[in-house]
Amino acid sequence: MIPVIVIFVYLAVIAFIGSIAYRRSKDNTEDFFLASRSIGSMVFFLSLFATNMTAFAILGSSGQSYRQGIGIYGMMASSSCFVIPLTIFFIGTRLWALGKKFGHQTQVSFFRDRWECNHIGTVIFALIAAMLIPYMIISIMGGGTVLNEISVNHETHDALIPYWLGCAVVAVVVTVNVFFGGMRGTVWVNIFQTILFLLFGLVAVGVISHALPLGFSDYMSKLAGDTKTSYLVTRERMPQQTFWSYSLIPLSSIMFPHMAMMCFSARKVSAFKRTVIAYPIAIMVIWLPCVFLGVLGFATLGRIPDPDGVLLSLLDKYSPVWLAGILGAGIISAVMGSDAHQVLAMSTMFTKDVFAHYGGKEKFGEHRAVHFARGFIVVVTVIAYLVALQLKEKQGIFEIAVRFAFSGFAAMAPVMVAALFWKRSTKWGALAATLFVAASLIGFGILQGSPAAPPVPAAASAKMLSTNLVAATAVSTNAPARPASTNAPAGKPAAAVAAATPKPKEDIIWKIGEGPDALKVLSRAANGDVRFLNGYMTVFPMVVGSALCMVLFSLLTKPPSKATVEKYFSVAAEPPR
Amino acid sequence: MKKFLIFVFIALVYAAHQDFWNWKSSGPLVFGFLPIGLAYHAGFSVLCAIMMAVLVNVAWPKHLEADEAPTTDKDPGAHS
Repeated sequence: MIPVIVIFVYLAVIAFIGSIAYRRSKDNTEDFFLASRSIGSMVFFLSLFATNMTAFAILGSSGQSYRQGIGIYGMMASSSCFVIPLTIFFIGTRLWALGKKFGHQTQVSFFRDRWECNHIGTVIFALIAAMLIPYMIISIMGGGTVLNEISVNHETHDALIPYWLGCAVVAVVVTVNVFFGGMRGTVWVNIFQTILFLLFGLVAVGVISHALPLGFSDYMSKLAGDTKTSYLVTRERMPQQTFWSYSLIPLSSIMFPHMAMMCFSARKVSAFKRTVIAYPIAIMVIWLPCVFLGVLGFATLGRIPDPDGVLLSLLDKYSPVWLAGILGAGIISAVMGSDAHQVLAMSTMFTKDVFAHYGGKEKFGEHRAVHFARGFIVVVTVIAYLVALQLKEKQGIFEIAVRFAFSGFAAMAPVMVAALFWKRSTKWGALAATLFVAASLIGFGILQGSPAAPPVPAAASAKMLSTNLVAATAVSTNAPARPASTNAPAGKPAAAVAAATPKPKEDIIWKIGEGPDALKVLSRAANGDVRFLNGYMTVFPMVVGSALCMVLFSLLTKPPSKATVEKYFSVAAEPPR
Repeated sequence: MKKFLIFVFIALVYAAHQDFWNWKSSGPLVFGFLPIGLAYHAGFSVLCAIMMAVLVNVAWPKHLEADEAPTTDKDPGAHS
């Protein structure tokens, strides 16, 4: 009951923040979508970080390290420490400058102007929107499941908050926050969320270390000394191809429309300085304790039915109940913080890239455009809510769609790089790259194995979060829900799988040659994910193919006018001196 | 030349991420409890922060600062 109370207090705080933000708002789209490009340095860092960080950083990271060991940090966290700040440094700052100078509020409006195109921009918009929609739906599903499971009475197994009501609460709070507060309200909520996140891991480690009967070193030595568990403190079961290709996934971060909008919203470009330096440290502060505790959970708790609940199990056993309540608030805030940015991004894109672009602004004016944006927020949230209710049992499909979207956004990064840094790039190159990404997503989608099963019932796990729930919120730090190296068949508890230690069963789709030296061009891993060239993730051919399409078709077609090239390259792409 | 050195610097940091030599090692336990593979990547995260600090100091796009316009603290059109 305490976690439910903590969460409802949190929801009330969010609604309150939204109402304050409304009082500061103006009736124009730049204020509503970008807070008048007035976000200061520290707030910019906290909000940008929260935009890209969800519940996976706490529960998913510890659950994955429980299954796979400490290698999950190097694969997911430290690759993000390297890639994301670099993309913010090289791409985010340029986007900011172009937005400030030419008034761009979305990526598509920049592409349209940069390449003198109209409908090609609409094609890019359609792909971005299609990749964002499942992300929004699954956020509501995740939020509804959290509230449902967190309210379960462990004695009667009855839930105080049914799934439909949980989804409704999340949808209403997000709508109220974004509808009234716009970017300003969303950013203010993010500050609260990030501070909660950053404190959580350190507090959990401190509390648990004091309560454990043995020291950390005793547990780690025990794991390392046993051949059955030594994989948890090494990476001996983690394929190097997966580890390497994973470092391409964080390229998706800067291509998320909500991340680009955050870059547009900074007051000064100097706000990026502190952000890019602090970003890797902030990732470490959240991930390191959680990954360590996941492994420690295996050493102290042994096999548990729901590995993604390992942190909760540790807290249950070694910490007071209020900490679990704060964790619950942290999870729900992560779900809603991301959802709010997604809803705002969708609203911005539709308003600017469709409504305004096709004459709505001239016809109805700036004031009405804000009304349109607010109306769209309500409509899109209601639709997402209805889909979340109707397709609850199909959650696995949405999980896969979100994982595909990460590869898709990463593969669109060459388009952005070309727009910013390559004068010779053309709209036809951008179109070819976009169509290649769309075709790849469809193709790999057809080849993908069976989707994951719906969440494990709360009563079965006796914990408030199920594996699939965490997967549902596994959209932080560019983390696909189920890394292939898990080799965990969808729908089965991972601990049970780990206990049986099955050998990976590959389904080879296309190979060249025979025997052990055969080149597996396309294969399907045990978890259903498609693999390329002896085990690389599909993001690898998608990024390379997109870049090749961009280069090839640009060289074959006529570049934009000299005036447009000079317009953009006098401000954006000056190389470092 | 400076551009090339920056590229090499970033490439070296990225190369440091692929620590194949730690792949099958659990020890030594850093500070007595952190497996080497985890401690190494925690250190790598700090290295990334240092890399970004270096980039901010030597490769900061100063020409973009020309677009910084003063912002007003007061919102004349704010709802009351």
